[in-house]
Amino acid sequence: MEPVTRPMLPSGVVAFVKRDCPTCELVVPVLAEIAKRSKLTIFSQDDPAFPEGLDAQDETGLALSWHHGIEAVPTLLRVEEGVEVARAVGWHRGDWEALTGIRDLGPGLPDSRPGCGSLSVDPTREPELRARFEGGRLQSRRIELAEFEDEQETMFARGWTDGHPVVAPTEGRVLAMLEGTGRSPDEVVAEVPPDLAPCTVEKVAVNAVLAGCRPEYLPVVLAAVEAVCNDTFNMHGVQATTMGVCPVLIVNGPIRRALGMNAGIGVLSPGNRANASIGRAFQLVIRNVGGSRPGEIDRSTFGHPGKLGTCFPENEEDSPWEPLSADAGFEPGTNTVTVFAGEGPRLVVDQLSRDPESLVRSLAACLRTVHHPKMGVAMAALLVVGPEHGRVFRDAGWSKQRLKDALNEALLAPGSTLMRGADGIAEGLPLPEAMRDAQIPKFRPGHLHVAFAGGRAGLFSVILGGWLTGPQGSQLVTKEVKG
Amino acid sequence: MSEVRTLVDPTSERSPTLRERVPRLASLEGRTVGLLDISKARGDVFLDQLEQGLRRRGAQVERYTKPTFTKPAPIDLRHEISVKCDAVVEALAD
Repeated sequence: MEPVTRPMLPSGVVAFVKRDCPTCELVVPVLAEIAKRSKLTIFSQDDPAFPEGLDAQDETGLALSWHHGIEAVPTLLRVEEGVEVARAVGWHRGDWEALTGIRDLGPGLPDSRPGCGSLSVDPTREPELRARFEGGRLQSRRIELAEFEDEQETMFARGWTDGHPVVAPTEGRVLAMLEGTGRSPDEVVAEVPPDLAPCTVEKVAVNAVLAGCRPEYLPVVLAAVEAVCNDTFNMHGVQATTMGVCPVLIVNGPIRRALGMNAGIGVLSPGNRANASIGRAFQLVIRNVGGSRPGEIDRSTFGHPGKLGTCFPENEEDSPWEPLSADAGFEPGTNTVTVFAGEGPRLVVDQLSRDPESLVRSLAACLRTVHHPKMGVAMAALLVVGPEHGRVFRDAGWSKQRLKDALNEALLAPGSTLMRGADGIAEGLPLPEAMRDAQIPKFRPGHLHVAFAGGRAGLFSVILGGWLTGPQGSQLVTKEVKG
Repeated sequence: MSEVRTLVDPTSERSPTLRERVPRLASLEGRTVGLLDISKARGDVFLDQLEQGLRRRGAQVERYTKPTFTKPAPIDLRHEISVKCDAVVEALAD
């Protein structure tokens, strides 16, 4: 599709009107007066016969209105050599007199009256107009549908979906999605594994439409794609492994509330549009742009329901601690998305611990089972502390680091209990006999992460087991969300 | 909203490239076979056995190791194998 060039305005006084506007009807005598004394061109948005006798131009195509940002009618412009130099919106005698240089306009009229909405910003027309006038901005291939072709069936057949229906990515919807970012549609965001395909802002926007995002969610999806496509997070390995992890997105900063995200009851449940569709859009980018599909490069034995999309915000307002993003060095109040290669959530139930020492031992006992109670050393986990558990640590004045240190200490185990064959279990760490008495850590130092979220009732926390971490595996990454 | 008649493609729009396989070696005699250990546990045990068998059949053997099984082999390593070896065996294990 060829880009549409911005049509020029005629010089002189220019008026945009529509018949279906009482204020436009009201100012017809004024327009007649201006036409007598100045060069006036009238553009009529809904009926070229209106206003009668004033030779209005047909503006039912709305091209001038769209390209010159007409938001209300009547709008009066003064144009010199194709350049707008003055604008009056609605009827306002003083403004119209100043713009035209004609005194005593509309003597029988009230001093002012607001106008009506321009048809070029009518919500029912805007997507189609945007596609018509700005569709040339999009570089992606277009797929025409036959008259009786069902778009949902086509999208399933083309493998664009995660098994659930998606929103059809029309040009209008994709262009509206791109309004959510100031970044250029052709900017390459990342090379997405496993195909290492260059992924543009536009491709992320198309997938955000599929997923059901609103345009204001797009910057979070863009940041998440950037966060995983690097050697530190190692998206290739996370996607290709036979184990069952997927990128878990954790959002920090004021954008959580601006987007209406849910950090409270059912934080990990479906139902909140922002939580659900941001996570889903991200996964669809990996699928559609990266080319990763279960059974192909995605070799996970069991898979993971979270691959539909897992995204949640931290409850920073009620947290006893600094946000997760601060662990990566970001100032609190910065909008960020953090990615962690995590398993599905598993609940930790401890309804009796009222002091941190007891609760730490409970949490450690459950964290020990990640992957296998006899495995450790190179692993990661994300512990999401719930509000009622968090209160125990807050009341005792425990910092997040103190909690992590206490958990790592409680998780130390003698080599004799972890080695292969110990406890009658063949599985275990490949430890030499000399390490029988050594104290072995469960998690790689710095890779037990702690976040805070969940409903206010329930003495529970949640563990998301990790994957192999450190330079040999996948490490948590935090990226700033930019406009 | 107008009726959906045109969709914007969400994919990378790439088409897979099909390449011919290198012909199978007629004999191992005097040929160089690369053995690539992807760094999974006990991959070396398997490759040690393979190396002995290949040497008995007259092949020269070059051993290579990926830094980690979780990531693709570095480009320099892939290039080195491609110019030094007539065939390659990539070893998984566990």
